[in-house]
Amino acid sequence: MSDAERIVALIPRLRRYARALAGDRSAADDLVQDTLERAWAKLHLFRPGTDLRAWLFTVMHNVHVNQLRAARPGAPLEDEMPELAHPARESDGLELRDLDLAIRRLPPEQREVLLLVALEDMSYGEAARTLDIPIGTVMSRLARAREKLRVGLGITGKLKVVK
Amino acid sequence: MTLENQPRDDGEMQMISNMLHEAYDPVLAEPVPARLARRPPRRWIPYALAAGCTLLGLGVGVATGWQLHAWEGGPAAKRPEVPAFVERAAVAHATYVPEVRHPVEVGADQEQHLVAWLSKRLGARLRVPSLDSVGYSLVGGRLLPGEKAPVAQFMYQTPQGRRLTLYVRTDASENPETAFRYAAEGKVKVFYWIDRKLGYALSSSDIDKDDLLKVANAVYRQLNP
Repeated sequence: MSDAERIVALIPRLRRYARALAGDRSAADDLVQDTLERAWAKLHLFRPGTDLRAWLFTVMHNVHVNQLRAARPGAPLEDEMPELAHPARESDGLELRDLDLAIRRLPPEQREVLLLVALEDMSYGEAARTLDIPIGTVMSRLARAREKLRVGLGITGKLKVVK
Repeated sequence: MTLENQPRDDGEMQMISNMLHEAYDPVLAEPVPARLARRPPRRWIPYALAAGCTLLGLGVGVATGWQLHAWEGGPAAKRPEVPAFVERAAVAHATYVPEVRHPVEVGADQEQHLVAWLSKRLGARLRVPSLDSVGYSLVGGRLLPGEKAPVAQFMYQTPQGRRLTLYVRTDASENPETAFRYAAEGKVKVFYWIDRKLGYALSSSDIDKDDLLKVANAVYRQLNP
């Protein structure tokens, strides 16, 4: 399988990750499209024999960060998103929506780490290489993300957090 | 257990992982949209530029890429659907270009104020390209109602009085098209493109398509140095 064929085969994975990262379908596919455009343009820079999936996720990470910066020039990425109003809803599917909301409230850098590890099943090392950050940072971001999820999802864990 | 192998010993992490998979795995089974599945032909070159081509390739790349876009939007090609903002841009062009006394709200003599004001109203940092190199000087600009949010129109003209307008809208995110396209609305010719959240439409009713393309090139290069 050529690199090009492997990229195409990985598109569903990119879409899944982007959906969780960006939220709605159209924003997610925009992110995937921008990522692919960039990946195709930079494919000659990919080192054969290394992890193509990690490389693609790195490209997506860079595109995503650029988009966030472009959307809010000069604004620091907030540590916490504002509280969203909960619309009235049926109990069916409540958990997934809660999960989505909770993920949406995570700062982008924590959301990325959480999704790479928990959804993409990357090791801490892989996540660290993908995001180009130290393993320790992966771990601390993950810990903070989990703490926020506990609150958001009302998980009663070993750490009881009261807001 | 090494970090590399990831200590995944606790049930909570497993639960989070399960929930995430439950929520997002269905995406894997969705058919991949055509726009994602195809490997781009050379028309995606402007993106390659954004990704950092060498300076040498830049001018050539843009020119080549854009020529291809122009062809692609031609009558022989399968025409993509023209976004609503392009039609609005063409109408706004036709409305204000003939205007003798009040072609713009704020003139080029107050360019700084113009940019600051429109940037504020559109909620995005706008830049007004200088088109002197292709023979057009800024007349000024105005604020217009768009589909959902205000939009901006900048007007330029040559010493002979030929005018063109650059229409800028924000929040173009629902339309992911980033390629460069051509459309004609009656006498008005429009080159349009979408760059992230900003949509641009460059309109003229009195120069030919090739000349308009040159101006579009100049605009694009100024906005994406």
